[in-house]
Amino acid sequence: MSVPRFWRHISSRYNLIGTRCNTCGEYYFPPRTMCPNCRRDGSIEEYQFKGYGEVVTYTIIHTASEGFDMQTPYPLAIIQLDEDPRMTGQVVCDNDEIAIGMRVKPIFRKLGEDGAAGIIYYGTKFIPA
Amino acid sequence: MARDVAIIGIGCTPFGEFWDRSFRDIFVEAGVAAIEDAGVQGEEIDELFVGNMSAGRFVEQEHISSLIADYAGLASLHTPSTRVEAACASGGLALRMGVLAIASGHADIVVTAGVEKMTDVSAQAATDMLTAAADREWEGFAGATFPGLYAMIARRHIHEYGTTSEQLASVAVKNHHNATMNPKAQYRNELTVEAVLRSTMIADPLHILDCSPLTDGSATVVLAPAETARKYTDTPIYIKASAQASDTISLHDRADITTLDATVSAASRAYAMAGMTPADIDFVEVHDCFTIAEICAIEDLGFFEKGTGGKVTEEGITAIDGDLPVNPSGGLKACGHPVGATGIKQVVEIAQQLRGEAGKRQVTGEVGMAHNVGGSGGTAVVHILTR
Repeated sequence: MSVPRFWRHISSRYNLIGTRCNTCGEYYFPPRTMCPNCRRDGSIEEYQFKGYGEVVTYTIIHTASEGFDMQTPYPLAIIQLDEDPRMTGQVVCDNDEIAIGMRVKPIFRKLGEDGAAGIIYYGTKFIPA
Repeated sequence: MARDVAIIGIGCTPFGEFWDRSFRDIFVEAGVAAIEDAGVQGEEIDELFVGNMSAGRFVEQEHISSLIADYAGLASLHTPSTRVEAACASGGLALRMGVLAIASGHADIVVTAGVEKMTDVSAQAATDMLTAAADREWEGFAGATFPGLYAMIARRHIHEYGTTSEQLASVAVKNHHNATMNPKAQYRNELTVEAVLRSTMIADPLHILDCSPLTDGSATVVLAPAETARKYTDTPIYIKASAQASDTISLHDRADITTLDATVSAASRAYAMAGMTPADIDFVEVHDCFTIAEICAIEDLGFFEKGTGGKVTEEGITAIDGDLPVNPSGGLKACGHPVGATGIKQVVEIAQQLRGEAGKRQVTGEVGMAHNVGGSGGTAVVHILTR
């Protein structure tokens, strides 16, 4: 991922800045600039998610994409945040520890790096709460 | 539909890993076979639509609409040619664009094709390219892979309905059995449930033998208005419904993790268009990119109650000699999955079956359905065909 492409979402990746629609009250992470409920009648503003939630489903990735192959096998999950939206993220725990319904909280971690000389990507992972 | 549409010609390459054959070699082979089958001349072709997911990354070639018209020998005729893309549903989408062109009265003879050349890059590079069918920013970048997304669907299906790894494996076993009777299939070997469960884990609970392979292949279907189809062939296959639906690109945003609402929506539109119900369908080619995908598909298309897809597969109800044969071609799992070609190949298989030309894997029936999915369910395309 190029530097500007990563940089422009740093606030969301590091601090879970998403959005919320003032018209209907729905929360969005990943952030949306168009509310699917209200569309043009929506009123979107930034919202910082607390990052607490629970595991809806998960897998253990054994064969990873480029850039993640040094981390395998690793747990990956869909997390339902307490504010309601769901997001995809890694859970830092033992592979046999993760379970559906497990409570998690956010943690700032290295996600990957762009080769030996490229930038290091940081972002949010989860740990058991 | 404003004007009914029929299939008058079909063609398909063998599916497999072809180091000796190029992107253009394979689409020409499938195209020539279909045009010969239809008995049409180049001058009669009004439009070309080609489904392709990622020639730009698999063979570093964009603008394949021109390339295909050119190498099909149509450049001097300046035939309009259009590429359509919806990841793994690109082929089904190309067919739908062809149907719309004829139904609208804009075109008479339309060639719809699908092509993908996936093995000119390493398996890891291809896996990464396929991840582009998911949300790169918020799924791929978090460490998700394509098998990983379907594995999370499987894990939730297991949790909610008690589906087992053995039931998942039974999809692969069935589809490999069907492929032993398909000379064009990539894998024509029988499998056992034990072999699937012993195979390398890719994304728990999916083993490598729960996954469709990387494949080179191309397929073509020639369309004409139904009222003139018999001019070209004694066995026209009529397209009773051509329906498409979209949904969130990310799995995490779906209303229900184990339901592909795009499939539900495309199917309900297709049934309405054809004036049919699931009970009218005699056999179906579904999008089994992973074993769990076939289980979800046969539920979401309305054939079986949600949660029972694994059980009915294990019981043999979807076997080639069962009540509802599913994937008589061997499906994506065993026939192979050249992503952009898959949606067209499914329809080639149904046309062969309805013509009675499917050889050892022939099923009986008057009505066939094709179900093609893009990504983890962001797009679905459903076609219903009859003799």
